Amino acid sequence: MMEDLSNYPLELTGDNVPMVRFLKVTKRYGDLVVLDQLDLDVAEGEMVTIIGPSGSGKTTVLRMLMTLETINEGVIYVDGKPLTHMEKNGKLVPADRKYLRKARSQIGMCFQHFNLFPHMTALENCMEGPVQVLGMKKAEARERAEELLELVGMSDKRDQHPSRLSGGQQQRVAIARALAMRPKVMLFDEVTSALDPEVIGEVTNVIRSLVEKHNLTMLMVTHQMGFAKDISDRVCFFFDGKIEEQGAPEDLFGNPQKERTQQFLSAVKEAD
Amino acid sequence: MGFNWNWEFTWEILPKLMHATLNTLMAAGFGYAIAVVLGMVFALAQRTPYWVLTKVVREFIEFIRSTPLILQIFFVYYVGPQFGLKLGPWTAGMIAIGLHYSAYLSEVYRGGLDAVPKGQWEACTALNMSTRDTYWRIVIPQAIPPALAGMGNYLVGIFKDTPMLSVIGVAELMHTANAIGSSSYRYLEPYTLVGIIFLAISLPTAALIRVFEDRVRRKLGLK
Repeated sequence: MMEDLSNYPLELTGDNVPMVRFLKVTKRYGDLVVLDQLDLDVAEGEMVTIIGPSGSGKTTVLRMLMTLETINEGVIYVDGKPLTHMEKNGKLVPADRKYLRKARSQIGMCFQHFNLFPHMTALENCMEGPVQVLGMKKAEARERAEELLELVGMSDKRDQHPSRLSGGQQQRVAIARALAMRPKVMLFDEVTSALDPEVIGEVTNVIRSLVEKHNLTMLMVTHQMGFAKDISDRVCFFFDGKIEEQGAPEDLFGNPQKERTQQFLSAVKEAD
Repeated sequence: MGFNWNWEFTWEILPKLMHATLNTLMAAGFGYAIAVVLGMVFALAQRTPYWVLTKVVREFIEFIRSTPLILQIFFVYYVGPQFGLKLGPWTAGMIAIGLHYSAYLSEVYRGGLDAVPKGQWEACTALNMSTRDTYWRIVIPQAIPPALAGMGNYLVGIFKDTPMLSVIGVAELMHTANAIGSSSYRYLEPYTLVGIIFLAISLPTAALIRVFEDRVRRKLGLK
């Protein structure tokens, strides 16, 4: 049976349209409910960090937004327009491939394991999307890719293949590659989790400078509480497929209200 | 019974055999070219969302791999005409051997395609690449290097299987050696030469494939 979506708006209108809106989004794997009726808004230019124990659905939030996972119930909107659905005869129906390709163009993502293309140099990695997808001229794409590699401090390694780069360097190239597509929303999925401790700083510094200098909307899943506290506008604590608690970083970290939040934060502190 | 090698006869038949070697190489080359392309088509067809197509291709590959090449050669050449498919020995032979090896190559490709990590596909989605670009520019270039060793084995394999084409009259090495034997009643020299020629081509080819594989990996930055 098809889900009744008549209660969901075809698009979001008004003064305060969020850049991203999850509206009663549910994700299940078989019987396991990963996300349960999730409501989450992210304003334009906002940096929202998602924390929580593993299995709480944090990464799934990003993967659904990148359309790497389908959703079972609800609707996700990006920039006021539905992402997971499209309008057909005045009704919302699940998005087809063509619609998805258009809708997801506003979103960029960086992965835990970088996922750079191993057969291309750093520069080619950053040119691939603009040339093949955006139809940019090679010279223009190259210029832009060089600028972005400069931004992430990887200019001198631009002709190297990923196999010649350290994890931190690969992740910085991956950030440049995602930015080259000029997304409105950037997603960072545990981008420092696979890195050696001594190179985590070079990646977090790049993200920090993005927050400071660019008006990008960002969603980040991380285990680094200090970093989350430093740069987030808002922190969401996920537990059991729901947002257990959310707020400004100083409130959530300084004065958590819910018991589960307190338990999680003290457990993380002990581990540090 | 003595070992009786006739050098004069050897030099006499060598030009004929060398000429036939060209035909053998041509048969192997054409057959392999068909197999390389068609094998990829079969491998990709099994990854489409159309389950009927996937199933048909899968069964077809199983069928080809489970029946002898020589039967397939006979079938295309002798049974084909009953279905209005009248082909010369060369064309029939190329189709049969090309199809046969495409079934094997598709399995090699399949392994290579399956080995491309999921993260590569996800990166392509995140960059909003089309399915075509994803395969053509990202997945296939990464699937080929691990498949090269297997592809090389089948190149040598198809070369060694070309003598089977002699049964429908393709004038390759074996066919020529047989003809020499039956007209001169001397089999030692022609068959020995055929063996030496096969060895002289197979061994360096296998070595060259290893060098090529290494270079491709380097070029693609995978090593």
